[in-house]
Amino acid sequence: MSYLSEGTSVRSWLGTTDHKRIGVMYLATTLLTFLAGGLFAMVLRIELLTPGPGLVDAQLYNRLFTLHGMVMVFLFMVPAIPSVFGNFFLPIMVGAKDVAFPRLNLATYWLFVLGIAVALWGMVHGGADTGWTFYAPYSTTTVTALAPVMLGIFIIGMTSVLTGLNFIVTVHSLRAPGLSWGKLPLFVWALYATSVIQVLATPVIGILVLAVFAEVMFGFGLFDPARGGDPILFQHLFWFYSHPVVYLMVLPAFGIVSEVVATFCRRQVFGYKLVAGSTVGIAAVGFFVWGHHMFVSGQSTFDAGIFGALSMLVGVFTAIKVFNWVMTLYKGAVHMTVPFAYACAFLYFLIFGGMTGISLAVVSLDVHWHDTYYVVAHFHFVMVGTVLMAFMAALHYWFPKMFGRMYNESAGYMALVFLFIGFNGTFMPQFMLGNMGMPRRYFQYEEMFRNLNVFSSAGAALLGVGFAIVALYLAIALLNGARATSSPWHSRGYEWRTSSPPPVHNFDGPVVRLNEPHDYHQEDDEEEVARGHA
Amino acid sequence: MAMPDGGGGFTAHAEHFADAPAERRAAQLGMWLFLAQELLLFGGLFCAFTMYRYQYADTFRFLAKNHLDWKLGTLNTVVLLVSSFTVAAGVHFARERKSRLTGWAFVASIALAEVFLAIKYVEYSHKLHEGLLPGRYFTHALLAEHPGAPMFFVLYFFITGLHALHVVVGIVLLGWISYRAFRGEFGRRNDTPVELVGMYWHLVDLIWIFVYPTLYLL
Amino acid sequence: MLGLPGQASTFAERIDTLNYAIFTVTVLTFAAVCTTMVVFYLRYRRRSERQVTERWHPPMELELAFIGGPLVLFMAWFFIGYRDFVWLHDPPASALDIYVTGKKWMWKYSYPEGPNAVDTLRVPLGRPVRLLITSRDVIHSFYLPAMRVKQDAIPGRYTETWFQATKAGEYPVNCAEYCGLNHSTMIGRIVVMEPADYEDWVTRARAATYAARSDSPGPQPTLAKQGERLALEKGCGRCHTVDGTSHLGPTWRGMYRGEVKLVNGKTIIADEAYLTRSMMDPMADVVAGYAPTMPSFQGQLTAAEVAALLEYIKSLAGGRAL
Repeated sequence: MSYLSEGTSVRSWLGTTDHKRIGVMYLATTLLTFLAGGLFAMVLRIELLTPGPGLVDAQLYNRLFTLHGMVMVFLFMVPAIPSVFGNFFLPIMVGAKDVAFPRLNLATYWLFVLGIAVALWGMVHGGADTGWTFYAPYSTTTVTALAPVMLGIFIIGMTSVLTGLNFIVTVHSLRAPGLSWGKLPLFVWALYATSVIQVLATPVIGILVLAVFAEVMFGFGLFDPARGGDPILFQHLFWFYSHPVVYLMVLPAFGIVSEVVATFCRRQVFGYKLVAGSTVGIAAVGFFVWGHHMFVSGQSTFDAGIFGALSMLVGVFTAIKVFNWVMTLYKGAVHMTVPFAYACAFLYFLIFGGMTGISLAVVSLDVHWHDTYYVVAHFHFVMVGTVLMAFMAALHYWFPKMFGRMYNESAGYMALVFLFIGFNGTFMPQFMLGNMGMPRRYFQYEEMFRNLNVFSSAGAALLGVGFAIVALYLAIALLNGARATSSPWHSRGYEWRTSSPPPVHNFDGPVVRLNEPHDYHQEDDEEEVARGHA
Repeated sequence: MAMPDGGGGFTAHAEHFADAPAERRAAQLGMWLFLAQELLLFGGLFCAFTMYRYQYADTFRFLAKNHLDWKLGTLNTVVLLVSSFTVAAGVHFARERKSRLTGWAFVASIALAEVFLAIKYVEYSHKLHEGLLPGRYFTHALLAEHPGAPMFFVLYFFITGLHALHVVVGIVLLGWISYRAFRGEFGRRNDTPVELVGMYWHLVDLIWIFVYPTLYLL
Repeated sequence: MLGLPGQASTFAERIDTLNYAIFTVTVLTFAAVCTTMVVFYLRYRRRSERQVTERWHPPMELELAFIGGPLVLFMAWFFIGYRDFVWLHDPPASALDIYVTGKKWMWKYSYPEGPNAVDTLRVPLGRPVRLLITSRDVIHSFYLPAMRVKQDAIPGRYTETWFQATKAGEYPVNCAEYCGLNHSTMIGRIVVMEPADYEDWVTRARAATYAARSDSPGPQPTLAKQGERLALEKGCGRCHTVDGTSHLGPTWRGMYRGEVKLVNGKTIIADEAYLTRSMMDPMADVVAGYAPTMPSFQGQLTAAEVAALLEYIKSLAGGRAL
């Protein structure tokens, strides 16, 4: 009996402690938050078709880009891959029946929903217009009400901590006999590193939103020079979390790409130890580079030097991964599918997104680019171009496993073409806009920026079409797709050694892991083939 | 799911764990991680305090000496330390399967925690009386001479207030364990909840051990 | 190229080349990765659904190349950029100081020679200009794209940056830190003028400003002169002399950029930041040998008034004419 068919009442879903159902609930929720964030972006891009005021006024525009940023970062990007695919696959990949604390997992989900409700209500009702970075003293003195938004973000932060906590304990305590750390799938390594960041970094934004809440409500003045406070303290506390948070977003994406590349090249990723090690390395070094967001804030040259140099190290770790993924094709047995195509798009975006990150870490160049569209383009390349592409790769890779159905491959490729062209159209021009000196968060702009903005908005339209196509064929597949076998990609990843969709307790018998995942250098076990697990 | 262990009692553990000891270790690891993030939560505040202590050094020293009652602070420290001792005693009794004694030990801790909060209330009302309140409610004449004075009290109230909130949560948890202890639930090998709450309480005490010298003595 | 505006400062000339270099390497990397993947894909296509692949451990040299190559390249770029960044934070002593104040939603400028201006910043060509930047309300950021120069304007403190214009003309000034409703219209101009034209403008602007003022006769006072008058109004003279004699507070003659010993034993340089801090939080760094009795002027002096007092104190260093 698969996890989908055991109990079909609403209550059996909303009160479930099954990590797979919780993962599916997170999927539904984050797809909705992604839709919301995307719609806000669409309005922004429509407004930016014209240099002057157009669809909306300045106040609404400022609220919209705040909404777009906050919803995308806190309500989608941070939870998406870990809470959806992490919840679903981490226990299966370590050979366990569930995460360490299943009831906590359920409580965390509902806390997440509560946080979304509070934050969204605050953003819409109070009208936060501070940008997602809500720098003081603007955020503490603006007329728009930030207090409920701060509470909502605090609650969502708690869910991030609890999910990370659950995952770490799962990896430590619930590995199947024989599954040593050196045999862990790379997605598990990625989730582990991500979880450590979640547990250690999130409390700092937690205290910061509480401080801003107190400042707004009681005039505390921690960051207000008129009351003896220091606005730069805000920036330090903010970026101490918000830099690691981007690695929290990107490391699970790296993990997914490792899985997808291994399957479709029929080889374990080229330098497994290097990839695992660089994952941990990025998580660790990522805690010490936050000052590269503050190069022009009056920072000393000494500090700028430390932060810039360490940022380069992160780039080195990432370059290691790129080379390792590419080399995995060498002497492999490569097979093009929709998930693999998404992984290839991911690599393209990571090269440009990553190298522009390196450029920004060159302190002298950052002076020109800071707070311009160059930065906007860079982070959309890495956040949308890599993380979102990896999310899509995971969705297409694991769709058969999660729902037991196959989707239409041609539709998949078609959507990807729209997404690829649309993405490039939207964000490549923004590098040029940044070079030309167009600052970010601009409601109106000079005439000379018009053409590139129009081009960018056109690209955004194509992006929207692409996502709509994906939603369509996946919905059709869910209802009416061809039944999937246990291992439709003939993958030797651990999660494919059980049926699609998996049974309630993940496996049919006791689990013992002796081989490495993705060990394609021997013939498939005939018994496994007969059971459809290869 | 209960399974006989062939010995005196029985070992119950959740289905997805291999055995009871594995579940217990997992619970402990989970609590350690939770405590780690609590440290980072307060860490941000200590960071802010350190920064402003450096910037307004003379003012902060002056205020700590003349406007914080070190006697009450010391008393509170002793109270919390003793409450940690009684909690540790409670955990010990639970391991020995003496459930009722655990209950009494934890009740003692609750009483001490309430003494802590009462002393805090005395301190806070004193500040209210003098107008030494945070943010826009600061009405003492000190502001004119010492620009860092309001900031000191912002940090004082934020840090001690957040800590007091954790004490209140701790009292609720201690109460819950006491209730279960008096019902005899910890007479078998099931003392993990006692241990976890004990760990939480020790963290609350530990944080105060840092708060006290930072605010009152430095 | 790449959309970068024409270079109008010595800094721009230093850094643009590095920009192009990194861009070139990026494109080459992409081409290399793309080609490699296409070649591998064609060469190593799978022949059957359950094809077996051979184990292959990468040789150590290859792994070291993958690590060492990017490391060397990235660190080289970092050091080149860092060297230029340090240069950007080291204004020459002969720089012309201009005070910049950002406030919602405009830029205001104060010149030592006297004129104040709003939105349009005029600077002489070929001479280093040091900008001392602050904000009246929230964080702004003073951005000169043509000069490739940017520095945040932070309330409660001064930040500084400098540039030397290399091409006469008009260039945009943008605010690059979101500051509320009209952030995108907080736009000014910087006009780089030939030195002779600049001097003309200064003289005319002083006279024009004088004409608009209702009091004092004579040409528009320089910023330092305004500071002298303010010092009188605010009563600084009760404790600070200007002739070198020590009184209730240290004398202002020779104070600027001098070494000052504090009560806590440390020795510091009395720069703009220290002088400003002393006005706002006099208890912070008291000079050794004096009692901590100076009152705070926080909330009693506007940024322009602080600038004027600073200029006055600087004029007493002996190097600058009043």
